[in-house]
Amino acid sequence: MTDATKAEAQPRKKGLTRRQKRSVSRGVQYVVFVGALIALAVGADWDRLANQFAQGAIAEQMFPDVITLALKNTVLYTVSGFAVGLVLGMVLALMRLSSVGPYRWVAGVYIEIFRGLPALLIFIFIGVAVPLAFPGTEIPGGTYGKVALALGLVAAAYMAETFRAGIQAVPKGQMEAARSLGFSPARAMVSIILPQAFRIILPPLTNELVLLFKDSSLVLFLGVTLQERELSKFGRDLASQTANSTPILVAGLCYLLVTIPLGFVVRRMETKAQEAVK
Amino acid sequence: MSRPEIEIRDLHKSFGDNHVLRGIDLEIAQGEVVCVIGPSGSGKSTLLRCVNLLEEPTKGQVVVGGTELTDPDVDIDAVRRRIGMVFQQFNLFPHLTVTENLTLPQRRVLRRDRAQAAKVAAENLERVGLTEKASAYPSSLSGGQQQRVAIARALAMGPEVMLFDEPTSALDPELVGDVLAVMRMLAQDGMTMMVVTHEMTFAREVADRVIFMDGGVIVEDGSPEQVITNPQHERTRHFLSRLLDPAMANVEENNAG
Repeated sequence: MTDATKAEAQPRKKGLTRRQKRSVSRGVQYVVFVGALIALAVGADWDRLANQFAQGAIAEQMFPDVITLALKNTVLYTVSGFAVGLVLGMVLALMRLSSVGPYRWVAGVYIEIFRGLPALLIFIFIGVAVPLAFPGTEIPGGTYGKVALALGLVAAAYMAETFRAGIQAVPKGQMEAARSLGFSPARAMVSIILPQAFRIILPPLTNELVLLFKDSSLVLFLGVTLQERELSKFGRDLASQTANSTPILVAGLCYLLVTIPLGFVVRRMETKAQEAVK
Repeated sequence: MSRPEIEIRDLHKSFGDNHVLRGIDLEIAQGEVVCVIGPSGSGKSTLLRCVNLLEEPTKGQVVVGGTELTDPDVDIDAVRRRIGMVFQQFNLFPHLTVTENLTLPQRRVLRRDRAQAAKVAAENLERVGLTEKASAYPSSLSGGQQQRVAIARALAMGPEVMLFDEPTSALDPELVGDVLAVMRMLAQDGMTMMVVTHEMTFAREVADRVIFMDGGVIVEDGSPEQVITNPQHERTRHFLSRLLDPAMANVEENNAG
């Protein structure tokens, strides 16, 4: 290319070139970011914050109960709620896909209602309305049973939609192949479709577990004994006892101790699932 | 030979307003290999899928091995065990290994025990020449290998009839031969086969009968020589000429349009 054609190909417009504009834009973003950090560092009263949230002595006094009692209960509530949600969600998903109209209808209404209500209201409903409506009936397992039920009812609505999407994501040919081999519809679903659907929905299902983990804090609206306290309640109680917020911070860190690794696992599974598709 | 293995009488199938099959009558004797050819949309795949009731006929009768499948009270799962089917897209179960693809249906459907299912699976993998892939997952196999596994999976159920729905259409050209070789072997072993295909060489060499379908009806039905080499109907000739020489068909289409 001669110099003349080069000049023609890159006409000099007035103002900045594209590359210059890009570097200016990036520079501005860094300046804003660093500025915000400095403002935060200078503006905040770190001594008072540390005094209120990071008292080593108070934090120390929380151990080992915060782990052996509070975190253990949180995990227990979450896992039991998840288990109930898993079973109920699967039933709802299959109802949603049923050829029987009323099943589809009931499942649809259930999902709309329980997805639309705050989990808090479900907890209050389980704690107050159920004993009122059915006097004398005890939800088995005491508080643990109630939490499992309340969390499970909420989780089931979300999981049902996840399951349905997963089942529908399995290619139609899989069911046809199974049927042509002589599988009954139910057996094909259990042996062929669900194992594949489960792989597809493992990441969103794990996300649901993280959400439940946080929602388990709502158990305090059921009224719990000392031994049944989970992380949030435990932290709040200690915070008011000591008139200091350090326990809140420690409780928060305990949540992250579980949710961050779980999130990491989800991302790993998503990448793996994407690779499998390729 | 007393009774035909497959008997189809006045078969109709509609999808909404789309009348795909318009009265099919067909008998296939035991051990007979029948190739069904025809343009796309002619209803040949629908006909095949009606034989094991993957599609429910709108009207008419399908009888396989003396059992009427179109009888609403028939145990369709029991009949399907006797009818193997091979799909264009293979439809192997991707979450199972090759061997598990063969053993799971035997164990769940035929209630064979683990050892017997494994033995039958190994025999059939050997038949299709894939013994060394026994513990591989389908995704690691070529299309041709997957299709041979699919054939082995159907054979492991001990079917009396095999249905093939364009078994080589999704394959790269150089992989077609392996699958056709397995099918030829099956034909020689006396399996009753109904094959929807575009492989004219296979139809000519292996089929006992070739059926040409168009517009939801059987247009021509006879020996490969009759139908492929010396077709009587204009529609058959037109289809075959387009199939054998696609370049010519383009010119024709331009003239017509």
